[in-house]
Amino acid sequence: MNAEVTTAEAPAAAAAVADAPENDTAPAEERAAGHGAGAAPAPAPKETLLAVEDVSLAFGGVKALQNVSFDIAKGEIRAIIGPNGAGKTSMLNVINGFYHPQEGRIAFKGQLRRRMRPHFAAAQGIARTFQNVALFRGMTTLDNIMTGRALKMRRGILWQALHWGPARREELEHREFVEHVIDFLEIEHIRKTPVGRLPYGLQKRVELGRALAMEPDLLLLDEPMAGMNLEEKEDMSRFIIDVNEQFGTTIALIEHDMGVVMDLSDRVVVLDHGEKIADGTPEEVQADRRVIDAYLGVPND
Amino acid sequence: MTEFSFFIEAVLSGLMAGVMYSLVALGFVLIFKASGVFNFAQGVMALFAGLTLVGLLQGTIPFIHTNNPAFALPPWAAILVTVAVMVVLAILIERLMLRPLVNQEEIILFMATLGLAYVLEGAGDILWGSDVKVLDLGLPQGASDWMLDTFNIYVEKIEVVAAVTAGILVTVLAIFFQKTRIGRALRAVADDHQAALSVGISLSTIWIIVWSVAGIVALVAGIMWGAKSGIQFSLSLIALKALPVLILGGFTSIPGAIVGGLIIGVGEKLAEIYAGPYVGGAIENWFAYMLALVFLLFRPQGLFGEKIIERV
Repeated sequence: MNAEVTTAEAPAAAAAVADAPENDTAPAEERAAGHGAGAAPAPAPKETLLAVEDVSLAFGGVKALQNVSFDIAKGEIRAIIGPNGAGKTSMLNVINGFYHPQEGRIAFKGQLRRRMRPHFAAAQGIARTFQNVALFRGMTTLDNIMTGRALKMRRGILWQALHWGPARREELEHREFVEHVIDFLEIEHIRKTPVGRLPYGLQKRVELGRALAMEPDLLLLDEPMAGMNLEEKEDMSRFIIDVNEQFGTTIALIEHDMGVVMDLSDRVVVLDHGEKIADGTPEEVQADRRVIDAYLGVPND
Repeated sequence: MTEFSFFIEAVLSGLMAGVMYSLVALGFVLIFKASGVFNFAQGVMALFAGLTLVGLLQGTIPFIHTNNPAFALPPWAAILVTVAVMVVLAILIERLMLRPLVNQEEIILFMATLGLAYVLEGAGDILWGSDVKVLDLGLPQGASDWMLDTFNIYVEKIEVVAAVTAGILVTVLAIFFQKTRIGRALRAVADDHQAALSVGISLSTIWIIVWSVAGIVALVAGIMWGAKSGIQFSLSLIALKALPVLILGGFTSIPGAIVGGLIIGVGEKLAEIYAGPYVGGAIENWFAYMLALVFLLFRPQGLFGEKIIERV
């Protein structure tokens, strides 16, 4: 990191390199720290992995996100919560490059990105799961998780067409890693089952497996426990904590079950109508007046 | 000739014709599987590939249509150059047609391939001229003496070559699709665009690969049909014969394309010979469509299709 650039000088430095918007390496966490607007974030001693700055996103006249800023520290579990239509999924889509915000910037691993394409985000180490399970339904569990290795396999198309020699060895190496993921998620018994036939809870687990196979630095989970029963929720919570602790993977998750959110997450950011209304530890957020109002509605008297 | 060997001969000739249909249908299935697009231009692609190949073999000068033997390439070089042309075509199609239409309805993409068919047909005409061309790659011609002597059955050599080629092609494609990373990526893209993007699969790369493979399959189909009946513009109409094959086999199944082609090939030959005399003949021309209609009524997903077709 360029330690010589101070917080005060950072905006000027950013302006100076505005001609090269794709690759601004100004220290993002310092700038984010200088952005004291909104609720004060909890003390974040760790290195910032991802910083979202003043992001605004609109679809025609509908404002999905308005000047949202927050950061995700390395190694933490960060929850994004809010009532329906608050812009949570839009936020994840901005982070992994599906949507391009009209304003604002995102710095990942200290590198500023203005426009990010999804497969570039994946190459940078951002993996995700979807609100409605997005698996390759015709393929087996094993094949689905193997697609997570797509970016890590390098052998050319000709070797692959032959399916012989180096391409085959490479395939076996990655297969080994995928078997570890399968063991970890305890889904050995459905390795060869087409995922379209699996119950919903297991599909969610396979989807998590596919994301884990990418060995991501940042894992985005969009409602990982939606539609699950209590037992499945407990299993999933355990996997999320294990992933975070064993592999040190940073996790950002959207979840509606408040009990789960408060138990799992280190810090919580609350969105409502596309705006950030609170940011802090679970205890701070729970006590926040605006959060309570947003969830329960503001009394008129 | 005995009644039985006559029957065998009819079945064999039907199988060989079926292989030809399968080759065309295969190109359709590849693109439909990977992008959900029904590529109306597949037949024209076979024509275009055939025209290009003949042009290179004869040393035809593009746009002028005169043959200069000095430019004539040997068969292996001509095939390689034609493959390269089909890959370039795939890249152009991705850039100019698919990319601007991303996220559009399937029917819009289908309309675009209709347009592509006319553009390619016109381009083939302008580049290489519109007369019927003889494709001479040195493939064996005429009847197989061995079959005639041993079993007293008439089989054309070129049809045997076509069958063997199709067999090899299908085996390679099946392994490619089922066992390799790119094959998995192709199936992934076919299943869910968003999820494919999120694991870092690039849609444009996959589309270029799919259209290139479809172009190469089209080239093989063009060579086989061309060697049999010359490269002519009616070649683009064999695409219509592939439609009933697809309805029979299912739009998403590679084995389906093969089996469907064989059933139609054998079915129309046998129907012509054994049922034809009762209805005044010429069954061969409509039998395939009739069979497809029956399938649409009772098994619309085809023999091997994954789900009910709602796209075409």
